[in-house]
Formats: sequence, structure tokens, C-alpha cells
Amino acid sequence: MIVRLLAAALAFAAGGAHAQENAAARSLAATCAACHGTDGRSVTQEVPSLAGLPREHIVAQMRAFRDGTQAASIMPQIAKGYTDTQFEALADYFARRPR
Amino acid sequence: MKRRDFLKLTGAAALGGCATGERRAKARVVVIGAGFGGATAAKYVAMWDPNIDVTLVERGERFVSCPISNLVLGGNRTMQDITRGYEGLRKYGVRMVNAEAAAVDGAKRSVTLKDGRTLAYDRLVLSPGVDFLFNEVQGYQGAEPRVLHAWKAGPQTVELRRQLEAMPDGGVYLLAVPVAPYRCPPGPYERACQVANYFKRVKPRSKVLVLDANPDVTSKGPLFKRAWEDLYKDILEYRPNAKVVAVDAAAMSVRTDFDTVKADVLNVVPPQRAADIALQAGIITTNNRWCDVDWRTMESKAVKGIHVLGDATLSASGMPKSGHMANAHAKVCAAALVELLNGREADANPVMNNTCYSFVSEREAMHVASVHQYDSGQKTLLPVKGAGGVSAARSELEAGYAWSWARNIWADMLA
Repeated sequence: MIVRLLAAALAFAAGGAHAQENAAARSLAATCAACHGTDGRSVTQEVPSLAGLPREHIVAQMRAFRDGTQAASIMPQIAKGYTDTQFEALADYFARRPR
Repeated sequence: MKRRDFLKLTGAAALGGCATGERRAKARVVVIGAGFGGATAAKYVAMWDPNIDVTLVERGERFVSCPISNLVLGGNRTMQDITRGYEGLRKYGVRMVNAEAAAVDGAKRSVTLKDGRTLAYDRLVLSPGVDFLFNEVQGYQGAEPRVLHAWKAGPQTVELRRQLEAMPDGGVYLLAVPVAPYRCPPGPYERACQVANYFKRVKPRSKVLVLDANPDVTSKGPLFKRAWEDLYKDILEYRPNAKVVAVDAAAMSVRTDFDTVKADVLNVVPPQRAADIALQAGIITTNNRWCDVDWRTMESKAVKGIHVLGDATLSASGMPKSGHMANAHAKVCAAALVELLNGREADANPVMNNTCYSFVSEREAMHVASVHQYDSGQKTLLPVKGAGGVSAARSELEAGYAWSWARNIWADMLA
């Protein structure tokens, strides 16, 4: 009984840790939503949706904006505010969203 | 995960295993104010955790956006363009209460509405916006509606537009800007552009006179001055260090420390503070005006269990009082509430960003942007050095982005 309870608690705790990790990525991705739509689904033609884009594509775009190899009006200024780890976390989040 | 959380979780799991069909009541979040901060917070808490009971209290029947409202004054957008309903929040399970909050009791954790109803909460989110310090401008009391601020989009936007339309060609529109900080730093300068744009098209002999209490344009200064020079040279006059200290509605004039100025339309924006309900709730901490918060959770530093969003907050370094910023506050707050109400800890490293577009005419706009990361040493959000900035130049491309921004952020908070 004790062993079973402990195992259940451990599984629950592991789930909790995972949930928190996802929550951080979800919050990070939410910083994009004001311009790119909730969960990366834009309601306009002018600004692209991010939901469902390949993870590597998002990371590469963000790095290109940051490093100055991809010109744009505002994204180079925004991209410089995030770390590589944050690019990967938010790209991972958007890649898993349905379009 | 820290050991303390693990113990909490094992405790919860053990209790869950022993419980005999008894369910814990849903956690209750009450949000006051359905603007950029409050509506976003209500939607995101309900969307991220459907097990939390979310009630959104708002006195207005529909949302009217301050961003883009200057274009209504310029005749380039309509009130309908900037008005949205709250019905989209229903699908997330948000309960709308169309009433005005009268009082908050932080000790009892309850809100009393003007109609006498009370709402109990586990966590309260206050996103009340600003109210005006009319007393700081002599003669302002009773001067409305001849003198208007139109600094909350709604009836005053309509009335100011009507005054501009009624003004004869050759008249003077006067805009008085208060000392910073105030809601929407670039807003006055965008408004000056929009009214000048209207005059240029329809009443070319008329003038725009900006009396700014600040020593210089407080946001996008070089870009605005360039636009004024290029587009409105003979229409728009800008005077810095010209604080309006008194208005005379009968004489249609204002007084600064130096002189008295007459005009045909008086648009005087008074100084501001966190709105009345924040004062009543006892969460104003700084200069009798703003509410200091813990930036990891947006929780008030004065009263536990109350989270404060938007213009009412004591701004962190480099953080403007903008709708976009309030939307960012709301998401950090929503994420923290979901974690806290589930017995976990809030994200230790919140991130926010800001983007403000300004329309200098009917077809060109420009932006200012910033990214803010949490600094655990200074216990606040700081703008990331080297990130952010302003447009290289105003452009039609950015006007498209600006209108896109408005539609996406309205959907992000309401749909």
C-alpha cells in the first residue's frame, strides 16, 4: 500500500514538473499573441500565424531576425530580447499547436 | 521542482486517495475591469484552467478601444471600428457581470457591487485603468462638456469629434498634455497628427496647438517631429514646457505658468492616477497615484490576494502605460494564478513585451517596441538592453501592421 501510494505520488510529482515546464513555455509563447493571435493563430492577413509551423523554422527565423540576416520592421528588435533557449521553448510550443 | 512542492503534491495525492467522494470547491477568481488587462486575464485564466471559476465585472456594455480612437477623431475610422462585444468570452466559461464595483474588502476577500450584490473571491484581479486628477487643473470641475479630455474612448471621443466637425475653418484646436507618467505616452502626439490630418483635408486654414507640460515629446520624438515638419508644417505648432494649470470654459481659454491661450476646441488631458476602486481597495502605494506589484505574479505589495494590471500599476523601468503592456501583465498574472491556485509556484522568470503603433496620417504609421525580462537580483522586470527600439521611418507597411495589431489584440482579449 505504502509502495503503491509512493509510486502514485512520484508519478503525480513528475507530471507536475512537466506541467510546470509546459506552463513556462506556454507563458513565453503568450508574449507573441498580442500581434500573432492567441496560441499563434492570427486573425489578419498582414501578420502570419505561428501555430503549426515547424519548430526548426521558427527557431531559424528568430535567430535570423536577431542576427540581422533577416530584415523586418519590428521583429529584429523583438528577437534581440529573447534567448536561444527561449526561442526553442516557444518554437516547440507553437509547433505543437493545431493550425 | 523544490522539495516543498513535492511534499505539497504528495500530500494532495494522499488526500485525494483517502477522500470519500467529497470534491473541493472550485477556486474563484474575480476580475474587475474588462479592458486590455482584465478581459485578457479573465480569458487566459479560464482557457488555461477550466477548473477555476472566473467572474469578470465590467460597468460598460461593450469594449471601446483607446488605441485607434485617435483615428476616429481624425475621421479615418468610426466608433463601430473600435467597438467590440464581450460575448466571445462565454465559450471559455467566463461569467460576465455587467455592473460597477463599489468596494473591495481585501481582508474578507469580497467585492461589493453598486447594485448591492457581493462576490467572494480567492484571488482578485483589479484592472481598473485610470481616473483623472481634475483638481490639479483649476476650473476643470464643471467645465465639461465644453472642455473635454477624450482620454477614455467612448462618449467623449464622439463629442470631441463633433466639436472638431462644428469648428469653423480658421479655428484653433488646443491639446494639453499632462506631465508623464500618463496613459499612452505617444497618444497625444498621434492625436495631434490625426486632427492636423483632418484639418489639412477639410479645414486647411485651421491650427493645431499642442501645449506639452513635458520638456519634450515623451515618445517617438524624432519620428513625430519629422512627420509634423513633412506633413503639417503650417498647421501644427508644438510648445514644450507649457503646463496648463487652469481652464476657463466661459472664455474658452487655458492658462499656463507664462500666458493665457484662447482656442475654439479645448482638449485638456488632466494628470491621472490608478482609478477610484484601487484607492478604495487600499492598493495605491506610490505618490498617491500608482500601485506597486510583485512582477512575478502582479500581486499588490499592499494587500495580499489582490493582483493589479495595466495603467494602474507603478510602471517598472522602461514600461509604458499601454494596452499592449496591460495585455502582457494579464498573461503573467493568469499564469501565476493558475499555478498558485493549484498549489504550485509561479514562474520565477516572467517575460513581457510591448509594441505601440502611432498613425501620423490616414495611411502611415510607426512603432516603438521593447522586451522586458525578470531580473531576480533587482526583483523587477527590466528592458533588455540592445532589444526594442523605434521605426527607421514612418511607412504604409507599418500602418498595415498597426491595424493588424489592433484586430489581433482585440481578438486575443475578447474572442
